[in-house]
Amino acid sequence: MTALKLEKVCKSFGDVEVLKNIDLVVEDGEFVVFVGPSGCGKSTLLRVIAGLEDATSGTVDIGGEVVNDTPPAKRGIAMVFQSYALYPHLSVRDNMSLGLKQEKQPKAVIEERVDKAVKMLDLGDYVDRRPSDLSGGQRQRVAIGRAIVREPKLFLFDEPLSNLDAALRMNTRIEIADLHRKLSASMIYVTHDQTEAMTLADKIVVLRDGNVEQVGSPMELYNNPANQFVAGFLGSPSMNFLSKSEIPIPDGATLGIRPEHLSLTDDGRIKGQVTHVERLGGDTNLLVMSEAGETLTVRQFGQHDANVGEPVGLDFQDQNAFLFDQNQQRIAE
Amino acid sequence: MSAARQNRLNTFAAHGALILYTLIALFPVFVIVINSFKTRKAIFREPLVLPNADSFSMIGYETVLKQGDFFLYLQNSIIVTVVSLFFILLFGAMAAFALAEYRFKGNTLMGLYLALGIMIPIRIGTVAILELMVQTGLVNTLWALILVYTAQGLPLAVFILSEFMKQVSDDLKNAGRIDGLSEYRIFFRLVLPLVRPAMATVAVFNMIPIWNDLWFPLILAPAEEVKTLTLGSQVFIGQFVTDWNAVLSALSLAILPVMGLYVIFSRQLIRGITSGAVK
Ligand SMILES: Nc1ncnc2c1ncn2[C@@H]1O[C@H](COP(=O)(O)OP(=O)(O)OP(=O)(O)O)[C@@H](O)[C@H]1O
Ligand SMILES: [Mg+2]
Repeated sequence: MTALKLEKVCKSFGDVEVLKNIDLVVEDGEFVVFVGPSGCGKSTLLRVIAGLEDATSGTVDIGGEVVNDTPPAKRGIAMVFQSYALYPHLSVRDNMSLGLKQEKQPKAVIEERVDKAVKMLDLGDYVDRRPSDLSGGQRQRVAIGRAIVREPKLFLFDEPLSNLDAALRMNTRIEIADLHRKLSASMIYVTHDQTEAMTLADKIVVLRDGNVEQVGSPMELYNNPANQFVAGFLGSPSMNFLSKSEIPIPDGATLGIRPEHLSLTDDGRIKGQVTHVERLGGDTNLLVMSEAGETLTVRQFGQHDANVGEPVGLDFQDQNAFLFDQNQQRIAE
Repeated sequence: MSAARQNRLNTFAAHGALILYTLIALFPVFVIVINSFKTRKAIFREPLVLPNADSFSMIGYETVLKQGDFFLYLQNSIIVTVVSLFFILLFGAMAAFALAEYRFKGNTLMGLYLALGIMIPIRIGTVAILELMVQTGLVNTLWALILVYTAQGLPLAVFILSEFMKQVSDDLKNAGRIDGLSEYRIFFRLVLPLVRPAMATVAVFNMIPIWNDLWFPLILAPAEEVKTLTLGSQVFIGQFVTDWNAVLSALSLAILPVMGLYVIFSRQLIRGITSGAVK
């Protein structure tokens, strides 16, 4: 069974087309991540799925039912927001149980589900507190708890971690992955952090300007990007693109090579000068200005004693390079 | 060190200015209150002196309580003010929510239309309003005043409240929708509590002019049993003789209820101002 099926979904605000003909299938139990630059329509797409915005055209199908005219509460979804969106006047317990009370679930069921979520998320000490008395991480866990207790067919997360600091973000990321395994529910997760996308997703959907650029597993997209945008968007530091370098390439084409595939060799095909060194401990990133005037990032594993101003030679293996045509589409070798 | 001293000086200057302003603002009130406890002669001879054994007199208060129906007037004023404020806040908030929350054709135009009343004084329409009230048989009822004051307060209320409601997080309202709350519950339970400081502001801005208004009570409800306090106090101001003791006493008494209302709202008001500064 499919958890979600979108067919030709379009959304415009007035004259502005924000989503253009989105087709997408989410299988049962799948963890799907939407990524894309700011303003590409990720949140809008999520809101259309949730029923908070109406699609201008196209159908939204959740769990085998067309839900275009179903209100959000009846779609069998739950959503976690970037700003937590907890009810400020309710305690943690009441925040979690409000949705179930609205569904007129019996008291015993509500209690049982809330207790289970509280235990799962380790919120035991806080159930009677107000949201304003919690830290950011705790608030986000309450928001996740509020979603869990509804036992939805489909979870929707809109950048749930972007308000947390780096350490907490990593912990919560692992918790969310864990949650997905335990609940084996279908989840859609919006982020513009590509680490989150790569580590959490079964399937990544790359969006740009309201279009789906490519859909696939993280490694598929990494190893086999369909176009220059996807190639540049995934991977950190991002891919180097060379169009006027000393490497022979077809006219108007662009050569793409990931920073980790560049090696330092004195007789390399690309010559240049180190302009900046970033030492991260485990990795060292060199910024190199080539003789053709293009800046390349080189990722060296371990520590490296390169100095700014030093002349270097760079080379790569041809099977690691990608070629893109004038329209930024991949040229198959 | 010098920064700290600079700071101290600044605080000092700021407090000095505020205290000075408070004194100036409170001075007329102070004069009214002290003179309300004096004999007529003392009021005119030494208006700025506190009442002493010689000049102390409660004659003003006695007159006020004996003559005319002071407590009825007071009750009328309170009913008119409280009910008008209730309607202004309720309908103002509802209209503001619709304008802030829903996208519909003519939203902006509707907002402008509703705000237009801020610039056009309602008194221009007095004759038409009087005709309307006569036709509907509302003359000499408190409803006449309540309806007029509600209409008079709504434009500013809608304008202020819709600005505040636009700032209430969309995510919160959407979370409510996903949890199955109706739009009414979202409005009453989620949005209204968050704009309480703005509501208090609107209430305070509207309360004083309604309480003090003489114009509409005189025209729409001059009958004895629906007189408001401001209108009722006018009996002491005659064309030839004015009973100053009674006027000052009536004014002193009239301050008390508004002060009570103000204290209720001002806690919200101050919270609103400071929360804006902290966030
Ligand atoms: N209510 C609205 N009215 C008009 N335009 C809107 C509305 N909501 C969103 N948009 C526009 O739709 C586009 C997509 O917005 P959306 O919030 O979906 O972006 P996003 O991909 O979630 O970005 P971010 O990563 O910054 O959250 C933006 O250009 C935005 O200006
Ligand atoms: Mg967004």
